[in-house]
Amino acid sequence: MKLQFNLNGRAIETEYEHCETLAEVLRERLNLTGTKLSCEVQVCGACTVLVDGLPVSACTLLAYEARDKKVVTIEGLAKPDGTLHPIQQAFIDEFAFQCGFCTPGMILAAKALLDENPKPTREEIVHYMDGNICRCTGYVSIVRAIQKVSGTLKE
Amino acid sequence: MSGEKKRDFHVVNHSVPRRDGRAKVTGKASYVSDVKLTGMAYAKVLRSPYAHAKIVSIDTSRAAARPGVYCVITGNDLEGLNPYYGHAVKDHPLLAIGKVRYAGEPVAAAVAIDERTAFEALEFIDAKYEELKPVLTCEDAMAKDAPLLHERKFEAGALRGFEGEVTAGKGTNICQEHHIKWGDVEAAFKKAADVVEGEYYFPMTYAYAMEAYVAIADVNDNGVTVYSSAQHPFMVRHDLKSVFNLPVSQVRLIVPFVGGGYGSKSYTKIEPLAAACSWKARRPVKLQLTIEEAMLTTRSDDARTWMRTAVDADGKIIARQAKIHMNTGAYAENSPLVVEKSTNRCVGPYAIPNVQIDNYSYYTNTVPASSYRGFGCAQVTLPGESQIDELAKKIGKDAYEFRLANAAKPGEEFFPKMRPFDGTLTEDLDIAAKAIGWKAPIAKGHGRSIACSTSDAGAYPLTSTAVRVHADGSVTVMTGSTELGQGSHTVIPQIAAEELGVPFENVYVVSSDTAITPYDRSTGASRTTTLMGSAVFDACREAIQQMVVMAADVLKVKVEQIQVIRGGVRCGEAQLNWSEVISKFYALPDGEVIGRAYIRKSGRFSQIPVFWETVSTAVEVAVDEETGKIDVEKLVTVGDVGLAINPALAEGQDIGAATMGLGTGLFEELVYQGPQLMNGSILDYRLPRFSDLAKEVHLHLVQNQDGVGPYGAKGGGEGSLNSMAANIANAVERAVGVRIRHAPLTPERVWRALKRKDEG
Repeated sequence: MKLQFNLNGRAIETEYEHCETLAEVLRERLNLTGTKLSCEVQVCGACTVLVDGLPVSACTLLAYEARDKKVVTIEGLAKPDGTLHPIQQAFIDEFAFQCGFCTPGMILAAKALLDENPKPTREEIVHYMDGNICRCTGYVSIVRAIQKVSGTLKE
Repeated sequence: MSGEKKRDFHVVNHSVPRRDGRAKVTGKASYVSDVKLTGMAYAKVLRSPYAHAKIVSIDTSRAAARPGVYCVITGNDLEGLNPYYGHAVKDHPLLAIGKVRYAGEPVAAAVAIDERTAFEALEFIDAKYEELKPVLTCEDAMAKDAPLLHERKFEAGALRGFEGEVTAGKGTNICQEHHIKWGDVEAAFKKAADVVEGEYYFPMTYAYAMEAYVAIADVNDNGVTVYSSAQHPFMVRHDLKSVFNLPVSQVRLIVPFVGGGYGSKSYTKIEPLAAACSWKARRPVKLQLTIEEAMLTTRSDDARTWMRTAVDADGKIIARQAKIHMNTGAYAENSPLVVEKSTNRCVGPYAIPNVQIDNYSYYTNTVPASSYRGFGCAQVTLPGESQIDELAKKIGKDAYEFRLANAAKPGEEFFPKMRPFDGTLTEDLDIAAKAIGWKAPIAKGHGRSIACSTSDAGAYPLTSTAVRVHADGSVTVMTGSTELGQGSHTVIPQIAAEELGVPFENVYVVSSDTAITPYDRSTGASRTTTLMGSAVFDACREAIQQMVVMAADVLKVKVEQIQVIRGGVRCGEAQLNWSEVISKFYALPDGEVIGRAYIRKSGRFSQIPVFWETVSTAVEVAVDEETGKIDVEKLVTVGDVGLAINPALAEGQDIGAATMGLGTGLFEELVYQGPQLMNGSILDYRLPRFSDLAKEVHLHLVQNQDGVGPYGAKGGGEGSLNSMAANIANAVERAVGVRIRHAPLTPERVWRALKRKDEG
């Protein structure tokens, strides 16, 4: 079986089986291990990727559902010359991660939020990001990072 | 010398960005689950459906015959190995042998070409059990007719981490007991002006590291190599050496980035099983657990504590007594140490002249309990700090001022025979009180609380390191401390850069590969900054001493004529940086100098604990009296850290630990119904989310350079968890007038308590 979709700006084609999830195709077939698996029941947000711009849990999305769509993973966020996306930079600047396991999903969820709502209030950030769990940071620094990149951080 | 006061820091005491930042925000950070080895097979585990049962037979023939399956391994296939492991007590078989002791215990593993094939093969394993009476609670375990969970006598582990005796395996279900006593408790309670007494319960919890347990093992003629998400690779090496009867040099543990630990990845978990799978399948094997399986692997000990605390007419605490029962589950793991630590931590940061604490942990047919951030401190700080408030209320004193009046003083030997108190509790409490607005008017239905704790932290001081200074002036630090997210890969090079006078960017860290990095006992108990930090500090000084000798040789002068300056040496007009010293010494622009340091329980580390981890916290909560729901309006942490090598990282640890503590204060709890864990998945186990975040957060660090670590640093990272459940209980009492002694304070518990109050 062959699957075609746009991955991080490039058209790709890969072998897959019906039962495979998008996370499996990304991690096992394409060796893009930035997409992390944790709860595998669509609750924790660690495996969040963007499919046609919307945040989706790759752990439970059948790869077939991504056919002909635009998929963005954490590997696709920095520019080809290595310049980080402003959200990635803000996460570094604000110490918005510790172990880093939730971070790819967290950054992609934040990107989806800011694409939809470039100047979110604190309450809007909390509401939008509530589906992503971080066990290390207590969330304070993540909220700050999102506020910083959206220009709403009050020092 | 590392305790010296020094304030003109170049690199330390600065919030330099995390060393692992770029890797972690780009998805390039590699965790064990991301590692693939050539020829790697995959294992899945068959788990016991019963809590306590004899294994009558296991037929694996149908499973083993399936296409793509390399082998199936059971407890009957372990001939040639020493299958029982444990650093404290060797009670834990890597697969159940003859008997299962909890629902979820590994009984067999299938190894196959991929995970799906291995998983499907489990269906074809035919295991027959004969059920035995299960022992589920401490009361069950201590009953006269209770079945014995462990019939064998155990060998005590060599690395149990405490000096007391192991009490497991003596013909009862007691896993460990520990007792401390000083003064005359009975007499003190008799003459006390006031006493509070109560029973408290702190639940079983799950650390929920986002990365579930994972290990990749390769057992071959050259020995055993395991990639693992272990916090303490050297401790795991010791267990594997024993299982495979190999010299230490033939067992290699490699730990890349770890996706969260919080104590749950300390000590040996699934590594022996993964290695046994590889041993039988004769190829590398990956064993990746799911989160549900991880929840069946380790939890924290719960604790039922009876406690009483007495005060004299002047408001001085004169006595505390407690009896604790902890449910340790099927195997000891690190619970013997948790028992010792929770016993000690009952005392709190107070100078109490009469103390008696008796603590017992019991084997039961439940998931094995082990270390969890704070090591038993949260379990006993719920009673301890609740009673401080209860007592203050009873004698009509302000709870904050009552704490101030009884706080241990700097340098005071408040805990007999232990290191004198190395913090400034009254200063910490004062900061907490100001930040929370202790005396400010408060809205109806709101309540505030200030609480504190101190822990005998730092574990055991045994740490070594090598600092390699290269001919181009760059530096490699070899450290056995594991980067769990706490920031050791940033703090360690900060110290090396400070001492060697080289740019932070030029210091690289190699960590946690037992074949390469020198021995470090563990990464836990908040010990890395203090112990590994001191080792790196000393090793840099030792490298400098060597380079001074080299410089004298190069410049053809006496060693005494060489003066050390930042980043190099001077002798008269001549000035050489480290790169020039090394290059000139070897007469090649290459080569290196290796500075070494060994830290043991000696000198400034001869006293236990390595340091007291002292933290004050405060909250303001709002209680909805209709539903019992608690909202945290305001949260304050005050970490008494001596010196923060990286203040942003230290604050990150404090808010992270406080948030875990809020989880247990508000809703986190593993629930058993009969022999089955009822909420062993993220769908049912409630974790703190963005929306649980306090509306206002204040993080403070107290930096008096009073620790034994480099520049007066002490550890942090656990302390702000410990007092959180007590804070919630105390704040709820002030908000709505009900005293709840059972964590977590779920809406239902609060609502029921309010209802009881209304009914009088």
